[in-house]
Amino acid sequence: MKISFFVTCLTDTVLPSIGIKSVELLEKLGCTVFFNPRQTCCGQPLVNSGYREKAKNSMQMLIDALLEDDCEYIVAPSGSCVLQVKEFPRFFREDEIWQSRAKRLADKSYEITDFIVNILHVTDVGAALNGRAAYHPSCHMSRRLGVKEAPYRLLNNVKGLELVSFKGQDRCCGFGGTFSVTMADLSGAMVAEKVRNMAAAGVDYVIGADGACLMNIEGRVRRENLDIKVLHVVEALMTA
Amino acid sequence: MKRSLADSFMRASIADAQDLISRKREDCYAELGHFEKWCEQAADIRSHVLDYLDYYLEQFTNNAEKAGASVHFAKDDGEAVELARTIFLQKKARKGVKSKSMVTEEIGLNEALETMGVEILETDLGEYLLQLDGKDKPSHIVIPALHKNRRHIRELLAEKKAYTGDETPETMTRFVRRILREAFLSADVGVTGCNFAVAETGTIALMTNEGNGRFVTGIPKTMVTFMGMERVVPSFEELDILFSMLARSAVGARTSIYMSLITGPRAATDLDGPEELHIVVIDNGRSRVLASPFRDVLRCIRCGACMLECPAYRHVGGQGYGVLYPGPLGAALVPSLAGYDEHKDVTKICSLCGACNDVCPVKIPLYEFILEHRRIIAEDGKLSSRIEDAVFSQYGRVIGNPACYASATRMARLGKYLPRVGPLKEWAKARAIPKIPKERFRDWFARHSREGGQS
Repeated sequence: MKISFFVTCLTDTVLPSIGIKSVELLEKLGCTVFFNPRQTCCGQPLVNSGYREKAKNSMQMLIDALLEDDCEYIVAPSGSCVLQVKEFPRFFREDEIWQSRAKRLADKSYEITDFIVNILHVTDVGAALNGRAAYHPSCHMSRRLGVKEAPYRLLNNVKGLELVSFKGQDRCCGFGGTFSVTMADLSGAMVAEKVRNMAAAGVDYVIGADGACLMNIEGRVRRENLDIKVLHVVEALMTA
Repeated sequence: MKRSLADSFMRASIADAQDLISRKREDCYAELGHFEKWCEQAADIRSHVLDYLDYYLEQFTNNAEKAGASVHFAKDDGEAVELARTIFLQKKARKGVKSKSMVTEEIGLNEALETMGVEILETDLGEYLLQLDGKDKPSHIVIPALHKNRRHIRELLAEKKAYTGDETPETMTRFVRRILREAFLSADVGVTGCNFAVAETGTIALMTNEGNGRFVTGIPKTMVTFMGMERVVPSFEELDILFSMLARSAVGARTSIYMSLITGPRAATDLDGPEELHIVVIDNGRSRVLASPFRDVLRCIRCGACMLECPAYRHVGGQGYGVLYPGPLGAALVPSLAGYDEHKDVTKICSLCGACNDVCPVKIPLYEFILEHRRIIAEDGKLSSRIEDAVFSQYGRVIGNPACYASATRMARLGKYLPRVGPLKEWAKARAIPKIPKERFRDWFARHSREGGQS
């Protein structure tokens, strides 16, 4: 199966190991992975701050880049960025040609755990990781994109891994894109509470499916000098 | 907002209230079942009313007047308080008692009446305490004194009312009740808000939990009800549905303790009730919202569930928003109602997590509305900040050009950490700065492909 990999700008530049493990995992599951280097950013930081028009160029470039290799599916290791791509058709409402291209892209785009569980129909990838882990369900992925079960189904099959629940598990970690810097005090209070609750659950790992939330949580974990390792789902799934 | 974030007591109280009421709300909706269907039904009812608002308002007015009430229309806060002053003057009223009402806060009723020498007393316990304090403001639309604990309240009562008892809620409530009972008996006018107005019968429906609503509407000879023009429901059938949801969504209870239904003033056979009933229907920006892309925000039944689910409200509290209606509702409603000039910052107090949308009993797309407000502000040259606009323009140019993006992200690799300036300085207040890996994903992938993939 041919996959065009949508790495997302944050994974590409700050968290490349999530991208690397994603590609390795997809290849392990029999996919042929294409990566088009003309892709940059989905424009979400601009759109969520209100500057949708200024993001149109990058959206068009992303549409071109991801459709160019004519793959069956487009897969990204971030529910939030996939959500953004799914919104593209709405943003190009006034442009028939771009709207139809945006729709083609939106229809084949999948968040990686959703893709593995619901398209590849795989729930056990043969991973093993010893320890207790807290899973943080990212807001955009679980609430807006509706991908709730897939990461749990995959993580439940990781040998040796015990998933524990914690207080305020479904609550936002406080990242919110530019919110984390424009409302830094508030965002900081939110992530502090999140990490406090995770630590209280006595976990070795924090696992999530969205690099941005994980970068936020990891920054707080490091600031607090906590002995907790922060992993993306694909990183947990590529352990053996 | 900074002051609110620094108030650890307030934050703990709000967090406790959120946790407690969210759980109760979930439990009582689980017991009811079919939450989604209930919400769809409630949203349909509210949308239908907004679609035919002129019709239902006329029907309500005719039926309320048939029942003996006088209905007045106020296009803004100024007209609304002027109507109130006229009624108080005509009645030579010196004392008023009021049950909890957000719309009277919106028009600044208390202040306007106080300047003409009228003593207007809040009789909802929470509102009473805030009024007694003099400097305090509501932190939630249903639970206004959410941020005060029993120690604060005892100190307040001791200072202002020479209270000498202990700090148990029962003893303090009994003390306040005695004060309020006297006020009910000596008041000339009872002032209320309106949860719903039933068009078919001209009835005002009030939901209260302390019984003060019944005294306010039962004892004074004159009653004045203020209602936002969108409060109408067609008949008791729809009232029943919205009532069921309001109690559950607001405080996680199957019903409110009291529901007062007032149709016209006291009839010859009635034992109590006002001799004269005035209803002031207030627009104050609502017509403009009705004609705007944000009209669905007028579906709101003021339950406050979005606030009790909001992770930002959890830390900021109602007062930190600096507007009357806080939380996601406030961020969606206030700029629509009162314009952007003074209310654009309220749209920033949101991490776009979407939790509010999931609990709204009338399915208001709060997330979408907050985002749309941000777009309107950003794209209006006069409202957006010039620096912010410049930063985002530059960002847009970089990500809009693959060559620019490639060289910018390669350059960023020179240090081990990103420089701690500008936005990263803000980030670093609560978090360590991300480490910058030597190699980007795209560099790895290029190597990976040269090596034939399938590592």
